[in-house]
Amino acid sequence: MTEPDDTQRPDGVVTGPQDVAVAFRDAAVQLGGRTIWSGVDLEVRQGEFVAVLGPNGVGKSTMVKAALGVLPLSEGTASVLGKPPGVAGREIGYLPQRRNFDAGMRVRGVDVVRLGSDGDRWGVPIPGGERFLRWRRQQRQRVEEVIELVGATAYADRPIGQVSGGEQQRLLIAQALVRRPRLLLLDEPLDSLDLPNQAAVAALIARICADQGVTVMIVAHDVNPILSSLDQVVYLANGGAVSGTPDEVINSETLSALYATPIEVLHTSDGRPVVVGQPEAPAHHADRHAEHGH
Amino acid sequence: MGTDGMTGHLTGGLQWNLGNDTRQLFAYHFMVNAFRAGTVVAVVAGAVGWFMVLRRQSFVGHTLAVVSFPGAAGAIWLGLSATLGFFVGSLAAAVVIALVPRSGSGSPSSEESAVIGTVQAFALACGVLFVSLYGGFLDSLTGLLFGTFLGVSDRQVVTLALVGVAMLVVLGCIGRPLFFATVDADVAAARRVPVRVLSVVFLLVLGCTAAEVSQITGALLVFALLVMPAAAAQQLTARPIWSLAATMVIGLVVTWLALAVAYFSIYPVGFYVTTFGFAAYLLAAGFRWVANRSGSRRRLPVMGVAAA
Repeated sequence: MTEPDDTQRPDGVVTGPQDVAVAFRDAAVQLGGRTIWSGVDLEVRQGEFVAVLGPNGVGKSTMVKAALGVLPLSEGTASVLGKPPGVAGREIGYLPQRRNFDAGMRVRGVDVVRLGSDGDRWGVPIPGGERFLRWRRQQRQRVEEVIELVGATAYADRPIGQVSGGEQQRLLIAQALVRRPRLLLLDEPLDSLDLPNQAAVAALIARICADQGVTVMIVAHDVNPILSSLDQVVYLANGGAVSGTPDEVINSETLSALYATPIEVLHTSDGRPVVVGQPEAPAHHADRHAEHGH
Repeated sequence: MGTDGMTGHLTGGLQWNLGNDTRQLFAYHFMVNAFRAGTVVAVVAGAVGWFMVLRRQSFVGHTLAVVSFPGAAGAIWLGLSATLGFFVGSLAAAVVIALVPRSGSGSPSSEESAVIGTVQAFALACGVLFVSLYGGFLDSLTGLLFGTFLGVSDRQVVTLALVGVAMLVVLGCIGRPLFFATVDADVAAARRVPVRVLSVVFLLVLGCTAAEVSQITGALLVFALLVMPAAAAQQLTARPIWSLAATMVIGLVVTWLALAVAYFSIYPVGFYVTTFGFAAYLLAAGFRWVANRSGSRRRLPVMGVAAA
C-alpha cells in the first residue's frame, strides 16, 4: 500500500536528504509580538513516529501549524516533505485540536470522511455521480477503505454528533488518511478520550505509522499511551525544544529539568517506561486556547 | 374527488372539485404571478436555508430579513420600487454583519449576536418611522411585515427569477467547500479552503435570499421558507444531498399549498405558509422519533458517551 513517492518526484525540489519528512533549522515563531519558541532544530525522518510533548501553552499546536504552513516562522527555516511549509498540503493529513461535533449535527461520519478527499473542490457533488464518473467510484472505494482501516464501518453511517468521542476521533483519523498522506500531523488526538479509548486510538495510530509507512507527528499531553511506539520525542519547554530518542529524553533527569518539577520515569514489569509525576492530562483543558492567541 | 354537497361560502367559492378549483386558481394573472414568484422563492430559500441551518446562522438570516422591511418602507416613502428597497436593506445589513470580526474557527461569537440584535432592533424602528412618514396606510405595513401575494408584478417576477438563478449559481459553485467550512472549519482552512471569504459570500447570498423571501412571506415570517423546510428535511435524513433536495421539495409543496388555500380564504398567505411549514416540521420530527424508537436497541448504549 505504500507508494514509492520518493523515487519519482517530478519537480526535483529537494531541500534536504530524501528521507527527511520534517526539518526545522534554528526556527522561531512569534504570536502577537510574543516569541513562543526559538532556536528549534528538529529532524523527523520518513516513517518515524514522533511525539511533541510539553506543558500547556508552550506552543505544541503552534509547531504543528508552523509545519502546516498556517503560521509563518519569524526566524530560521523549515522544510516539510522536501518543500517549504504549506506547499505539500495535499500530502499532509491534519487533525486539529478537537472540539467535539455538535450533537445536533445532522451529517454522517462518512460525509465528514469524504470531505477530507474532495472538500476543497469547487462545485457540488452530483447525486449518483458514481455511475458515470470514475474518480467518484474510486473516491467512494477509498473512503470505505479508510473507514474500515480505522474500524469505523459499524457507525460511519450515523450522524457524527451522535457517536462517542473515541468513535469521532477514529472517523477524523480516517478523514486525515483518505488522500494517502505521507505525513500525519495530529494535534492532541487522545485529548478528552477515556483510558481504554486512548489506548485503542494510540495503537491505531502506531499501526498506521508502521503498516502504511506514514510519518506521524503527534502532539500529546500524556506520553504514556504512546510511549512504547515512539521513535523520537520533541519536548517543548521554556521557549525552546529538546529532541532525541525516547530513552534520551524520557528519563528522570531530563524531564525533571524541563518541567522544573520532580518527575520519575519507572519501568513496568514488561519493560515499558511510565512517566510519573508529570502534570497529568486533565479531563478538560480550560486553558488550552491560550496558545492559539485568538 | 368531487362531492357536490359542499359549496364554499367564501369569496372565491371553493367547489371541492380539483379540476374546477385549479382552473379557478389560475384564472387571474395575479395568481399565476404569485405561483411563479412563490416557486422561485421556495427553491432558492430551500437551498440557502439548508446551509443557514447547518451553519447555525438562523438569527443572522432573520435579521437580514427584518432589515428588508425598513428598506422597502423607505423605498416606498421615497417613491422608489419596494423590490429595490428589500434588496438594498438586506444587502446593506449583510455587509455590516460581515464586517464584525469573527473568531478564527468561524463559529458565531457572542459579540456578533449582540451586534446583530442591535442592528435588527434599530432597523425595525426605522421601518416604523418610514411607514408613518409615508402617511401610513395600514395595509402596506401588514403586507411588508406579514406577506402579500396580490401585487406581484411581471417585472417583480423577472427580478426574483434572475436574482434567484444567480444565487443558485453561486451556491452551486461554492457548495462543497462551503459545506466543508461549515462542518469542519479548521481542517478546511488547513486544506486552503478560503473559510473567511466563503463566509462573507454566504452572508451576501443569505441577504439576497432573505430579501426575496420577504417579498412573499413578509419580513417577519421569512423563517417559514428559510428555516422550516431545512429543519424538517434534516430531521428526515442525515445524507447531505438528500436532505438538501428534500428541503427544496418541502418548501415548494408548502408554498403551493399555502397560495392555493390563501386564495380561497380571507386570511393572509404568510399565515398559511408558516402553518404548513410548521406542520411539515412536526411530521418530520415525528417520523424521526418513530425511526429512533425502532432503532433504539442499537443506539441506547451510545447516548451517554455522546454527551461527553
